[in-house]
Amino acid sequence: MTAAPIIRMRGVVKRFGLFTALDGVTLDVAEGETLVVIGPSGSGKSTLIRCINRLESHDEGDVVVDGHTVSDKRQLALVRAEVGMVFQSFNLFPHLTVLRNVAIAPVRVRGLGWAEAEARAEKLLARVGLQAQIRKFPAQLSGGQQQRVGIARALAMEPKILLFDEPTSALDPEMVGEVLDVMQTLARTGVTMVVVTHEMGFARRVADRILFMDAGRVVEEGPPKTLFDAPRDPRLRGFLQAILSH
Amino acid sequence: MSIFDTFLNWKVFIGTLPLLLSGLWITVGLGLTAIVLGLVGGLGLVLLRLYGLLPLRALAIGYIDVFRSVPVLVLLIVVYYALPFVGLRLTAFWAATLALSLVSAAYSAEILRAGIEGVARGQFEAARALGFGAVRQMSDIILPQAVKLVIPPLTSNAINVMKDTALASVVAMPDLLKQATQAQALAANPTPLIGAAAIYIVMLLPLVRLVGLFETRLNRRAR
Repeated sequence: MTAAPIIRMRGVVKRFGLFTALDGVTLDVAEGETLVVIGPSGSGKSTLIRCINRLESHDEGDVVVDGHTVSDKRQLALVRAEVGMVFQSFNLFPHLTVLRNVAIAPVRVRGLGWAEAEARAEKLLARVGLQAQIRKFPAQLSGGQQQRVGIARALAMEPKILLFDEPTSALDPEMVGEVLDVMQTLARTGVTMVVVTHEMGFARRVADRILFMDAGRVVEEGPPKTLFDAPRDPRLRGFLQAILSH
Repeated sequence: MSIFDTFLNWKVFIGTLPLLLSGLWITVGLGLTAIVLGLVGGLGLVLLRLYGLLPLRALAIGYIDVFRSVPVLVLLIVVYYALPFVGLRLTAFWAATLALSLVSAAYSAEILRAGIEGVARGQFEAARALGFGAVRQMSDIILPQAVKLVIPPLTSNAINVMKDTALASVVAMPDLLKQATQAQALAANPTPLIGAAAIYIVMLLPLVRLVGLFETRLNRRAR
């Protein structure tokens, strides 16, 4: 890596009571990179990306995003303004229309006017194929559509970094594709993406780099080809076997 | 004398109706003022209770517990008859408004807390991840959902406040009940009392029914 990393984690430890979710994670993510994080459940993948925008506060180590230290209250606001997040359970705002879901953060956080924010939201929703649904409420949409709104909502803040926390795990199988397609298109736009997923096909196609985690540590990392075709660590081999055998 | 002459005397009712109605407006004014002030106070209390600094939290909990334990009538009499000893003399209207609002704020706070705690964690996380500050997160994302969840108990509380306005008659407030007892004395006939009871029921029964409807609707949606 030549340029300074846009995400820099050093010796990050996160404990939940007696359980250590992250056990000294050190990680650099380059600007524009698509990093896919894989690993068994409970390995700390979600905790890792939730520490990047401080939905979880880490106990030890440093997390620096685009030069801002996330544990500093004032700098955290800057971090959150430029890091978008897409959640497993969508977390759309049920009391707002699809259009408002996408427009509200630019208005309330960036101080944009409603007219301008809604015009931009409309364009974003068209980009994810939902121009016909903008007046509906989230509950009236399918899971796949809801998650595409979730992506548009994150994009509305024009983030430099997008975090995806198992974005397709709550979807019916036939809707996974439409969400992954949107994500694949995004990866080509140069935004930095950190994706926690179990979709190995997506990881292989889209990732610049794969991170395999187990028991709160980064066990192995590298380009998808190396990781999938020549895994070194026995834990990674076991994980790939289990996940690819069906 | 028949029942109709004694309790349901039409002529007495018509004769005393203007007096009853003048009391009704005071009852409604008192009730609505106390409901609004109680909601505003309750919102302040619940925010302190959930997000305030530790000593303020303890203070809010103390307030809520005390004012949920004190009978409104006792509080009203304290406010009206005891506060003048420390130089604070309130009119009957404001004494009643104060007593009702203080108690209603405690109940509203507890109801709103249940609502806020009923909003999914993911909603807070989504708002925070988008960069919302604490105030905007509350006003734009959490409260609209929280209030919707607790509309039935909030309405029940409003009904209780409306009913408790009748207590104001003990501090000589010319509300519906006071005017009815006055009219009964004047007419030497209990019909105005029956009339007042009927007016309370006509005013509040639709709200009671509404709460029932809200609850069945919420239950059906929860399933």
